[in-house]
This record gives sequence, structure tokens and C-alpha cells, in this order.
Amino acid sequence: MNTKHLIHPEDFTVQELNQLIQIAQNILEDPQDYKNICKDKILATLFYEPSTRTRLSFESAMLRLGGNVLGFSDASTSSVSKGESIVDTIQVISSYADLAAIRHPKEGAPKLASKYSKIPIINAGDGGHEHPTQTLTDLFTIYMKKGNIKDQKIAFCGDLKFGRTVHSLIRTLCRYNIKEFILISPDELTLPYELKNKLIEEYDVKLQEVSTMEEVIGEIDILYMTRIQKERFFNEADYERLKNSYILDSSKIKLAKDDMIIMHPLPRVNEISYEVDKDPRAIYFEQASFGVYIRMALILKLLGVDCTCLK
Amino acid sequence: MLEVTQIQNGIVLDHISPGNGLKIFNKLMPTQTDNPVVLLMNVYSDYMSKKDIIKLENVENINLEFLGLIDEHISINIIKNGEVIHKERVTIPKQVKGILTCHNPRCITHSEPLSNPTFELVCKKTLSYQCEYCETITKYTL
Repeated sequence: MNTKHLIHPEDFTVQELNQLIQIAQNILEDPQDYKNICKDKILATLFYEPSTRTRLSFESAMLRLGGNVLGFSDASTSSVSKGESIVDTIQVISSYADLAAIRHPKEGAPKLASKYSKIPIINAGDGGHEHPTQTLTDLFTIYMKKGNIKDQKIAFCGDLKFGRTVHSLIRTLCRYNIKEFILISPDELTLPYELKNKLIEEYDVKLQEVSTMEEVIGEIDILYMTRIQKERFFNEADYERLKNSYILDSSKIKLAKDDMIIMHPLPRVNEISYEVDKDPRAIYFEQASFGVYIRMALILKLLGVDCTCLK
Repeated sequence: MLEVTQIQNGIVLDHISPGNGLKIFNKLMPTQTDNPVVLLMNVYSDYMSKKDIIKLENVENINLEFLGLIDEHISINIIKNGEVIHKERVTIPKQVKGILTCHNPRCITHSEPLSNPTFELVCKKTLSYQCEYCETITKYTL
């Protein structure tokens, strides 16, 4: 049997994504039913670059399912510092764990690992390329807060060039038949040309590009904020110039609909003022909590655990 | 008039656009250290008026998929016992392996020798290929 991996969101059909969302909702409603379902299973978290939320979210997910976790959170404390390739590492880890979540600064590293792995690989973020479990988290959040995924008017704001969460999510939302997106970014950080072309050619979507939040905030259902990522810039001067491009504060929120939701993959730097946190439309911390449940559902799916009898 | 005798066994790359012969010759030479190779440049052609030709003697299996990236006019002639036993025109390959290097400096292919990436053709006109790992588009240039 072929081992199933999650490298790109496209590795799962819309039907499978909906199935994951359903399982995550079931877990959220009755977590007790799932607390020992992964007893004796081990998740390896191989984090070659720093991460707080994603790694802890994976670990929390596995522990809440009754499983165990091993791994490293810094490449300098692993064999990588001795020059070991990811291909060798994954072949060894395949006999230590039942599935592995990999974060790596090099783009395509989890895919390479999946070619040599005997266990399911989850891409937990590879450079500026993909972050599919954030996409799952975002989908689950939209579903939980809005009741459906397809009828939403969504604006993405901030770093749309290097923001991998935006790339993954926007492609996935196209598969849910959303036909229009609003893109708010400085000229230097617009959505990559290739991706724009792909979205237009493959999905016939309309992309409205604007340069200020105020122009569109009153008409959208979801505002997806992103941080300007320092680690993606080769040149610090460029980062300093762009980091304050878009800041969401209470004066801008006053222009928004009452039921608009503000999402953010976190961590935040300064793009959302702290005063916004108190607004009921600010759901980014709840979004992070949803990430645990959807990762629990993903772990169950990749391990082939049958939980249909539970609900 | 310059004359080069025909080869008995090997491959003849014919109808190469003038000037491209030397580029292809330079690409092939590292793999052809032991076999006789002839490069003919600016040879008269009824069809093209001028053309380049490369003859590779005693060569059977070499990867020539990169030829389609250089020049779509080229025909490949397989010669056995002095006879052409197979003739085909090159095409732009839909997939290439071992020819391109990913342009993305953050791609895993630059640090993992076992990655050996496959590139998928995304635009024939610009000879643009997509890396299977990082999905970055790389344009082929000789």
C-alpha cells in the first residue's frame, strides 16, 4: 500500500478535506472519545528551523490522542549539524516513529523526505513554499466561524509574496469554487506572478489588487492578515522599509462589517494592534486552537485510524 | 569541397541551425571522451541553405532530450552498418531530468545530491520548467 503524505494541500481532495474538517469538529465536540485512540503510536517532530505554534500544536495534537512524541526543535541539536542529509535522517526515523512532521528552511525538503520514507510525512512548513497544515487550520476556522467555506469574500493583507500560508490557502479556496479574492499588499510584496497566472488560468478567478485596507474592508467577510517575514528577506534594509506597510487598528475595524472575522496565522509582530484583540471579530487565537483539532484529525487520517464508529 | 565520410555505427544529428552545432558539441563532449566525434558547421543544405551536423561514432545510448530545448529543427539519425535505421525529429521535452538546475536558491535540490529533480514543462514558448520540489519556474538557457 502506498503511504499517504501531506506535502501540498492538493494531496487531499476537497472531499478528503471536508472529511478532515468533520473529524476535527467531532473531536472538538467530544475530545474524551479520542483521548486514547493513538495509544502506542509515535509522532516524530523534525523541526530544522524554529517554530513555536506549529510544533507545539502537533505535539499537543498527538498527546491529546494518547500517543507519544519525539524529535528535535533545532537543527543544531540534531545530526544535521554533522552534515547528515534529510534523506538519511528520514530513513532512520522511519523505524523510530509512525509518522513525522517536518519543518525545514529549504523548499521541497519534506517532499524529498517523503520519497525515501516508509512512514507518512507531514509538511509542517518548507521555507516560503507551503504550509499545508496551516491551510487545514484556516479552512477549519472558516468553517467553524462562518458555517461554510465557499460563500465568503476574502481579502489577504500584508506579505503576499513570501507568505506561504496565503499561497496554500488561496489555491485551496479556489478548489472550493471561490471566484474572487482581494489582495492588499505593497508593490514589492504582491502575490507571485506565476501563482496569479495559475489561479486565473486554472480556476478563472478574479483577483482585485488594492493598496489600502480602507478601500475594501467594509465589503469583506474575512480579513486574512499576514506578517512581513524578516527571515524571508536577504536584505535587512528592504525588510525595515516594508515592515510597517499595513497595520490593522481599531479605527480601520470600525469600517468593517459586524460579522467580518480577522484571521492571522501568527506569530504577529505589529501588523495587528493589541487594541484589536478585544474585538469579537479578532479570532486569531481561537484559530490557533482550532489548529490542534485539525492536526488531530490529520494524524488519525494518515495513520489510517478508523474513527467512524465514534460518531 | 570538404568531405567527411559516413559513419558505420552511431548517431548523426542533422539539420542543426547554423551556430547551434558548437553549443551542442560543447554539451556533448564531456560524455564523448573516447568516441570519434565530428562537428560540421555551415554545411550547404537544400532545406535550410546552411546547417550544422554532428556525427557521433560508436554511440548508442545517450540522453539527447536537451536537443529539443536548443533547436527544434534537429533530426536524429541512428546509423547501423552504414544504414539509417531510425530517424526522428526532436521535440521540446515535457519533462527533463539532469539538465536544469533550479533557479530558486532556497530549493532543497541545492543541498541534497540525491534529490535529482524532475522539471515539468509549463511554457513551450519561453522554455519554462517547474521544479518538482519547490515548484519554482526556471527558464532554460544554454
